[in-house]
Amino acid sequence: MSKAGITVATADPPAPAVRPLPRRRGIELALIVVAVLLSVYGYCAVGLAQHGTLPPGAAGYGAGLGVLALLAHLAVRLRAPHADPLLLPIGVLLNGLGLVLIYRLDLETPGDRAAPAQLVWSTLGVTLFILVVLLLRDHRVLQRYTYVCVVAVLVLLTLPILFPAVNGARIWIRIAGFSIQPGEFAKVLLAVFFAAYLAANRNALAYTGRRIWRFQFPTGRVLGPIVAVWLVSVGVLILERDLGTSLLFFGLFVVLLYVATGRTGWITVGLLLATLGAVAVGRLEPHVHSRIETWLHPFASVEAGEGPNQLAQSLFAFAEGGFLGTGLGLGHSVLIGFAVKSDFILATAGEELGLAGLSAIFVLYGLLVERGYRAGLALREPFGRLLAVGLSSLVALQVFVIAGGVTGLIPLTGMAMPFLAQGGSSVVTNWAIVALLVRVSDSARRQHDGQETP
Amino acid sequence: MTRHIRHAGLFCALLLVALLLNAARVQVVQAPLYDGHPANRRPEIARYEQPRGNILVGDRPITGSQDTREHLRYERTYADGPMYAPVTGFASQLYGTTLLEHTEDGILSGSHPMLAPFPLWNDFTRARNAGGNVVTTLDPAAQRAAYQGLAGRKGAVAALEPSTGRILALVSAPSYDPQPLSGNGAAAARAWQRLNADRDRPMLNRAVRQTYPPGSTFKIVTLAAALDAGLVPDLDKPTDSPDAYRLPRTRTRLSNYAKGCADASVREAFVFSCNTVFAQLGVQVGVPGMTAAARSFGFNDRALRIPFAVARSTFDTSLDQAQLALSSIGQYNTRATPLQMAMVAAAVANGGQVRDPYLVERTTRPGGSTLATAGSRPIRQAMTPATAARLRGLMLGVVRGGTGRNAAIRGAKVGGKTGTAQHGIGNSGTPYAWFVSWAQGGRDLQPRVAVAVVVEDADANRGDISGGGDAAPIARAVMEAVLKSRDRLPGS
Repeated sequence: MSKAGITVATADPPAPAVRPLPRRRGIELALIVVAVLLSVYGYCAVGLAQHGTLPPGAAGYGAGLGVLALLAHLAVRLRAPHADPLLLPIGVLLNGLGLVLIYRLDLETPGDRAAPAQLVWSTLGVTLFILVVLLLRDHRVLQRYTYVCVVAVLVLLTLPILFPAVNGARIWIRIAGFSIQPGEFAKVLLAVFFAAYLAANRNALAYTGRRIWRFQFPTGRVLGPIVAVWLVSVGVLILERDLGTSLLFFGLFVVLLYVATGRTGWITVGLLLATLGAVAVGRLEPHVHSRIETWLHPFASVEAGEGPNQLAQSLFAFAEGGFLGTGLGLGHSVLIGFAVKSDFILATAGEELGLAGLSAIFVLYGLLVERGYRAGLALREPFGRLLAVGLSSLVALQVFVIAGGVTGLIPLTGMAMPFLAQGGSSVVTNWAIVALLVRVSDSARRQHDGQETP
Repeated sequence: MTRHIRHAGLFCALLLVALLLNAARVQVVQAPLYDGHPANRRPEIARYEQPRGNILVGDRPITGSQDTREHLRYERTYADGPMYAPVTGFASQLYGTTLLEHTEDGILSGSHPMLAPFPLWNDFTRARNAGGNVVTTLDPAAQRAAYQGLAGRKGAVAALEPSTGRILALVSAPSYDPQPLSGNGAAAARAWQRLNADRDRPMLNRAVRQTYPPGSTFKIVTLAAALDAGLVPDLDKPTDSPDAYRLPRTRTRLSNYAKGCADASVREAFVFSCNTVFAQLGVQVGVPGMTAAARSFGFNDRALRIPFAVARSTFDTSLDQAQLALSSIGQYNTRATPLQMAMVAAAVANGGQVRDPYLVERTTRPGGSTLATAGSRPIRQAMTPATAARLRGLMLGVVRGGTGRNAAIRGAKVGGKTGTAQHGIGNSGTPYAWFVSWAQGGRDLQPRVAVAVVVEDADANRGDISGGGDAAPIARAVMEAVLKSRDRLPGS
């Protein structure tokens, strides 16, 4: 095991520049047009199903989304012409679909409209995307800000402690009527920090330290800081009862550590720690305990005469969808209750688009992750590779944790479905992730072309 | 590093596969389980998502649907709710459905497969059919006459068309308005509690779900059995019966409320309702003969549906002689629904044939095209046509010069029979006043209507007079309404 690790870690074979990768900006534009049209179509379908007429704002909505997507495309064309042509269209489609679903649910809750705010946040997100693509000329610049990132992560994570809890979790801060979830921003910064730190210290992590029985442990001096940062983050999150994000951070840490050092041992240690942590938290913390109970017995509340809980309602929604779904605007996922537009947005997709639509959404996320990994593979410097893998894994883990939660695969942890769910911080963060992936993939494919990175 | 990135990528792919497999499990494999889960409200929401089909009397809907814009969107409304409640029942989002709303629910709610444009079409499109309509056999004028006739009193009316079994009127009083029960809010719950707590039991359908001792009206059955058995060769010959008849093998003496019953002829005994003569006749017919006759009229039939179930009218089949004597004058364990007694009158009117009564003339698609019509009903021969003819003559005599004079209609042949039924411990209850009758208009070829009326809180003045005094006018009003509405009714 260690022998193979050495080979791989010391001498990555240079990616052979056999044939230059085409830029494919035209394909990106075509895909963006398709994504916008699909979203507008969904918007119209909802209006037709609910009122029998085209919704009045359909043209405006389409134009708005179209202009945003076009601007983002122009930015990519200008500053990242070699970027992967799938990343941006997937972002546009998922965000557009999310807006359609939220608009659709707004119709059932006239007192609580979320789509307009989500549209504003999406605009902010795309703006951030454009800024990152325009201003960040080379992702390696981020390596310089390793420690700035750490400080920012810790500040962002601790801020919400000063604010009152919402629905049992202390993860929001409220400023001037807007609520922001700083943990969302923290995860990108944490990915940058992990990538930068591990890229700088991976040799030390892999080859120094003590050997205990069959495992070789790195020295505390190298491992210490990163474990400390991670422990503090997760500790704070547990204090704030944000289990989804702590699980995400844990997963991110283990994946990056494994990729950086090439040690299977980290996975073993990680799994051990995860099991221990899960058992401990599940036993001791009532909030978590109840979620595990709900997961094991989703209909216990019905038997107790309290009516179906959110998970049961979510399962009913998915089941109602069946293979082809009820059609946009024709389901009753609003029965799920207050989290239907955020944590449970996927249930609406499952009910109204069916297994077919849900699978398509999963495949879109899968493609996004795959393109990220591909960029990571194509790059040759470790920071870029770890950054691409880290950001992609963030998306993959998040999708798995939340989608697995609402479909009863794993216990439910409150988290936002990337791009789909209501939540400004989440949308903005995910656009930042896509922007960084665009940047990284631009470098990767340019390198592949045999050109020098600027 | 490349290899480990690939491993990590593989891990992400595994996560994706797990999600897809689990989604398929929930949405396809487990879906029937979740769809059918009692806590899943979707079937209920779908059910109330569209207006319910209507129940029609004549051409006019007596029900409607109201868009509440709530989650369970459409609620039932009723025109003349209390008048038609014994027919429609209620359709409540909280308490389910009863009577026609219940038995015809598939048509009304649109879930009946016959409403689909093509077989399996809805399974594919997930569309829901609009509800169809149910056209009743009721005659609105007769229903109104019966309802207004009972106003303020406890009782029931059932009216039939003798030749077909179509139910023309079905009224129970006191009644209730089903509309407040339609919704699912606190108001519906309050209405439900109030109606259930009401000592007058307004939700009891007395016309078909309550049995009463039929009293003297049962003498029609006894006499039909005796005539068919050949026990009465001459209606006008004295019967050699004492006034105050000692029940066989007892010391109990049965007396008459009417005068001049000693040694009366069968005709006199029928017209003035002598208990003694009929108790003696019943004993002469014997238990097998009486039970067979009662059964042929529809007693002891558990299966009668119109289409909702009708309570079983009973004639005890294991009786001693004294019990048989009492049973033959509609006492002891003999009990009948008003509908059953209307069937008895209808059998006399219809040449001895009884047809099972029915309430649904036809069902239609939402557009009005016919979905199904009432099929032919079973016929039973309750007595020979000759016996029926003799009984018609006797019943005419009751109205012409006997206890049922209050039912006479100018220009029409009306036959009737009064009854007063004792009940309660030691006959302590206020007797039930009965009147069963049929009527034939001046230009009709056959009797057009048979009616049974029971009034629970009749004037306490004991005797058959109360049947003639309280119940006969109501029966007359119903019969008049039917005879007059002949030209207005479609298809008759």
